[in-house]
Amino acid sequence: MGLLFFYSLRNLLTRRLTTILTALGMALVVFVFASIIMLAEGLKKTLVETGSSGNVVILRKSAETEVQSRIDRDQASILETLPEIALGEDGQRLIAKELLVLITMQKKNSDGIANVIIRGIGKHSFSLRPQVKLITGRMPRWGTSEIVVGQSVAKRFKNTGLQRTLSFATRSWNIVGVFDAGDTGFSSEIWGDADQLMQSFRRQTYSSVILRLRNPNLFQGLKKRISNDPRFTLGVMREKDYYLKQSETMATFLRILGISLTLIFSIGAVVGAMITMFAAVANRTAEIGTLRALGFQRKSILFAFLLESLILGFFGGCAGLLFASLLQFLTVSTMNFQTFSELAFRFSITPGIIIKSMAFSIFMGFAGGLLPAFRASRMNIVDSLREV
Amino acid sequence: MRNEELILSINNVFKSYHRGSQIVRVLENISLELERGAFLALMGPSGSGKSTLLNLIAGLDYVDQGTIEIDGVDITTLSETDLARWRSVNVGFIFQFYNLIPVLTAFENVELPLLLTSLSKRERQKHVSAALSVVNMEDRVDHYPNQLSGGQQQRVAIARAIVTDPTILVADEPTGDLDRISAENVLDLMDRLNRDLGKTIIMVTHDPSAGKRAHSMEHLDKGVLNHDL
Ligand SMILES: Nc1ncnc2c1ncn2[C@@H]1O[C@H](COP(=O)(O)OP(=O)(O)OP(=O)(O)O)[C@@H](O)[C@H]1O
Ligand SMILES: [Mg+2]
Repeated sequence: MGLLFFYSLRNLLTRRLTTILTALGMALVVFVFASIIMLAEGLKKTLVETGSSGNVVILRKSAETEVQSRIDRDQASILETLPEIALGEDGQRLIAKELLVLITMQKKNSDGIANVIIRGIGKHSFSLRPQVKLITGRMPRWGTSEIVVGQSVAKRFKNTGLQRTLSFATRSWNIVGVFDAGDTGFSSEIWGDADQLMQSFRRQTYSSVILRLRNPNLFQGLKKRISNDPRFTLGVMREKDYYLKQSETMATFLRILGISLTLIFSIGAVVGAMITMFAAVANRTAEIGTLRALGFQRKSILFAFLLESLILGFFGGCAGLLFASLLQFLTVSTMNFQTFSELAFRFSITPGIIIKSMAFSIFMGFAGGLLPAFRASRMNIVDSLREV
Repeated sequence: MRNEELILSINNVFKSYHRGSQIVRVLENISLELERGAFLALMGPSGSGKSTLLNLIAGLDYVDQGTIEIDGVDITTLSETDLARWRSVNVGFIFQFYNLIPVLTAFENVELPLLLTSLSKRERQKHVSAALSVVNMEDRVDHYPNQLSGGQQQRVAIARAIVTDPTILVADEPTGDLDRISAENVLDLMDRLNRDLGKTIIMVTHDPSAGKRAHSMEHLDKGVLNHDL
């Protein structure tokens, strides 16, 4: 058993150049496959980590995202009286009435523009999201045109440094701080006083209300209360589920893109492996005859050549994953198709992706090796021994 | 008497090959008997069917007609799978071009047939070392075939042929690719295997000096055996 494995392995290592080229073909496919899934995974992780399970997002009933949602002031005020809301350190209810608008901004280092989310926040918006931390400057003062920007915004857009001024919605806004929200979507937002922003954008309604539950188990009760109360036309979601849902469309899109690209490329890689293995079988015809003469069965020959091709797939998979794992050190941005705003995130590799990529690559080896191995096993002993 | 025992009995064997629509009749009504411990040289001109007959005896190919009995087993009745198993136990092969596996060391090449037995790794190693010392190659165990001369490769191949202690050794032009001195060495070795270890050997050759080293000779001519010589 061990010797047969070394037999297959050494045959691969002996024809080093063909092996490397064939494995690289497979590695390319695995790279594309893994990197697109890593992208989907990273996007999902970013959006999911944006939400916390103790928080509740309230939107207009028909709205799926904060951008589409409108909540008028009356309903928002009634929400503030709900008994399920947790109390903050200051003894006040942890609830924030927020506004979400999109503006276009110029990117750094290019002429491109992209949408950026402006979030009008309330007094508790920061305490509702403990992952959002000010890293330089200070908080905006209430009742002023002061704003703070997320770190990804500061990195990627023109004129977004501390003490700079942004002009939008007929006003100039002073940047007084930069915040970091880790790998969450908030890092790609700009925050300012909701009332000031509503005034200058001439908006009469909030977009969403965020609140913290006293206890996560109270969610179902709260949901029932709000949907049964005729004064409300609102939908209630756990913040985590809200962001998870947002990530799904994009992640699905990426996954489909990834799988279709991979399938197309993999045909090339499988054909490459097949050509390599057919050549190997042809070169080793006499050797196959010898093994059969010594008493090895057809299925052993089939197995040995298939194993060779599977190892080839394994090499390809390892190389592809190695390249793909380098992407982890890269931050990329994409359009969040729900809000059409820019979202910065990282490629994220998971054990699941590693397993899937390796399985896929080994399967390519299998697909490429099957016919050649079959041919090897079908050879006539006497004929193959005559071939020297 | 053990030595008088028949080990091979070929009865009325016919064999032909199809080449396109043409039928090439290679062996015509061959009958032959051999005792245990014999050393037979099968001679004859090129294309006379020597290799074909040897392949039939070694269980690499099927007869069209007739029977081949080896050590009491009619191998013409065996299925392909059983025949392969039978070969692994009963036949040692020596080829003109040695047919060693290039990616395996001398040691591993000799070990190869033992993978088909139930021997443990330790026992396999013992057998391999013994076989390699018979052919005087124990100092080259880690060498790959391309690091050995033709004569040395053939000696490793002979070790591979005897390592399973088979019933018969078949050799098709074992010296055909060797210089005179190496050829003499290989023939000496085969002589020793036959005399000292009692191996039954059937050797195809068209080199008369090689043929003389055998203890009996059969001549094939156009697919017919001539017992006269
Ligand atoms: N697989 C095959 N298909 C078709 N014809 C074959 C096949 N094997 C052998 N022959 C033919 O059978 C005849 C005998 O071949 P064989 O190899 O037995 O001869 P040989 O006596 O060993 O010759 P040589 O001394 O050249 O090795 C030849 O005419 C050969 O062309
Ligand atoms: Mg021949």
